[in-house]
Amino acid sequence: MAIIEPRHAAKQLIYERIFRSAAFTAAILVLLILGGVAASLVHGAWPAVSHFRFTFVTREIWNPVTDQFGALAPIYGTVVTSLIAMLLAVPAGFGIALFLTELCPPLLKRPIGVGVELLAAVPSIIFGIWGLFVLAPVLQQHVQPWLIRNIGGVPAIGHLFKGPPYGIGILSAGIVLAIMVLPFIAATVRDVFDTVPPMLKESGYGLGATTWEVIWNVVVPHSRVGIVGGVMLGLGRALGETMAVTFVIGNAHRISSSLLAPGTTISSAIANEFTEAVGDLYTSSLIALGLLLFLITFTVIAAAQAMLARLERRVGSAV
Amino acid sequence: MNRRLLRKIKNGVFLTLSVLATLTGLACLAALLWTLVSHGVAGMSSRIFTQMTPPPGAQGGLLNALYGSAMMTLLGILIGSPIGVLAGTYLAEYGRNSRLSTAIRFINDILLSAPSIIIGLFIYEIVVVRMGHFSAIAGALALAVLAIPVTLRTTEDMLKLVPIGMKDSSAALGAYPWRTTLSVLYPAARSGIVTGLLLAIARISGETAPLLFTALNNQFWSTNLDAPMANLPVVIFQFALSPYKDWQDLAWAGALIITLTILALSISARVLLALLQLERGS
Repeated sequence: MAIIEPRHAAKQLIYERIFRSAAFTAAILVLLILGGVAASLVHGAWPAVSHFRFTFVTREIWNPVTDQFGALAPIYGTVVTSLIAMLLAVPAGFGIALFLTELCPPLLKRPIGVGVELLAAVPSIIFGIWGLFVLAPVLQQHVQPWLIRNIGGVPAIGHLFKGPPYGIGILSAGIVLAIMVLPFIAATVRDVFDTVPPMLKESGYGLGATTWEVIWNVVVPHSRVGIVGGVMLGLGRALGETMAVTFVIGNAHRISSSLLAPGTTISSAIANEFTEAVGDLYTSSLIALGLLLFLITFTVIAAAQAMLARLERRVGSAV
Repeated sequence: MNRRLLRKIKNGVFLTLSVLATLTGLACLAALLWTLVSHGVAGMSSRIFTQMTPPPGAQGGLLNALYGSAMMTLLGILIGSPIGVLAGTYLAEYGRNSRLSTAIRFINDILLSAPSIIIGLFIYEIVVVRMGHFSAIAGALALAVLAIPVTLRTTEDMLKLVPIGMKDSSAALGAYPWRTTLSVLYPAARSGIVTGLLLAIARISGETAPLLFTALNNQFWSTNLDAPMANLPVVIFQFALSPYKDWQDLAWAGALIITLTILALSISARVLLALLQLERGS
């Protein structure tokens, strides 16, 4: 490189300023996007929020003809489908992570890990049509009749499995969601397990502990924060997932006591009705649903990120 | 002795469950791919790439949807990735430890996992409502917003991996940071940044929800960015839920195309990253 002359240096300084401010602007833009998302949702939701006030989140009614809108059914659907998904996906994801870190032959470790990660890259609409055309018929013909026959009569939880087996509904949506978030949870938990220092595990084995005992008493306590963070990241995804759910939820704005009945979720209601919504109050109510979803997922994801960051700091300081 | 047996049984039970969980996960992937391939190949024909989406009951292809998807994905990446790369550069080179950077990193991670339908509503509010109609450019902007967090994250991570000595050498020659970044850091982190771009393309090319109320859909061939444009995900959504057999077949064919594209992108991103690590190791 040539020796830099003063004239040249002044020019360099100008380029430096331009580049630096471009980078700075881009970084600030990220903050502006999140601010813009919040502001535009509040703005769009305002007519509905000021019209219905608090009753928006407490009423089940959703009637475009009479312009009466309440978000209770979508909120219920969102929460229940995500809960079902987590109930199924957390133990399974934990199992996969355990298998990958402790049991898997080294030769298979990479292929299986990559397979799980590829499952995470499949777009949600694919899970949606798979759920509708493949999973739903199987559930309708085999799983749901079994549930109705065997659990439908049990007191306390029986009412969850009553009614005709539609194939589509809250339960089916929960199962499709579980399959969707499984790779996320498995991959995050595996990464968290990998942060446990081998020395700790070796000590456990050295004392004669079984593999399970090492996992449960050494690995899990050491990585608890990270596991919870990973699970909540999966929960954030399940809550906001749109297309996979829209195919199999059945789109009924009501709360049924049975998990086999059709329902709706916040995101699927928006996806289904937004372009067909006529009238300002209808559109605004759908955006208000979006605002609710934003607030819920923002809280969950922020908490998850904070936990994962805490784990990172701890791992960083331990090294 | 008895207690030892109990511990062994417990161990065996949980480890078996763990193997079963893994097999279930892999079975899901296999079942998904199998369904896609068997249904998709049945619907596949040369018409897919030469004809427009048909009205119900007629035969046709997906040409306009393929074009629209490619166009909007390309535009989304062209708008989104420079912002992501520049912002990532800022975080890695200029404000590494400032409070602002910590905040931006945190917000970016939230955007990374935020529901895409929310981004769709955001673009609807600030672009579609202002312009008064749905348009391809609104769809591209929604995709750009989704591409930013992915490219930002990978760019920052990759720039941080560049050995500090290279940066110092450049500075010792009298180069300003911008020069160092462009002539030393970017070339050194090139394959990492390209990986980020591939991942971002994979992420946005399958997105459906944000396109539903930005680009909408179009039954016909259109290259006008100021008008609604057909795109593969929304066509799949519409056709799969329709009662017409022809439409459903097209939906499956589209689903197969989109999945293969995304899997190919993800796999090449991974291969690129593995090559990078190999290079580092040697």
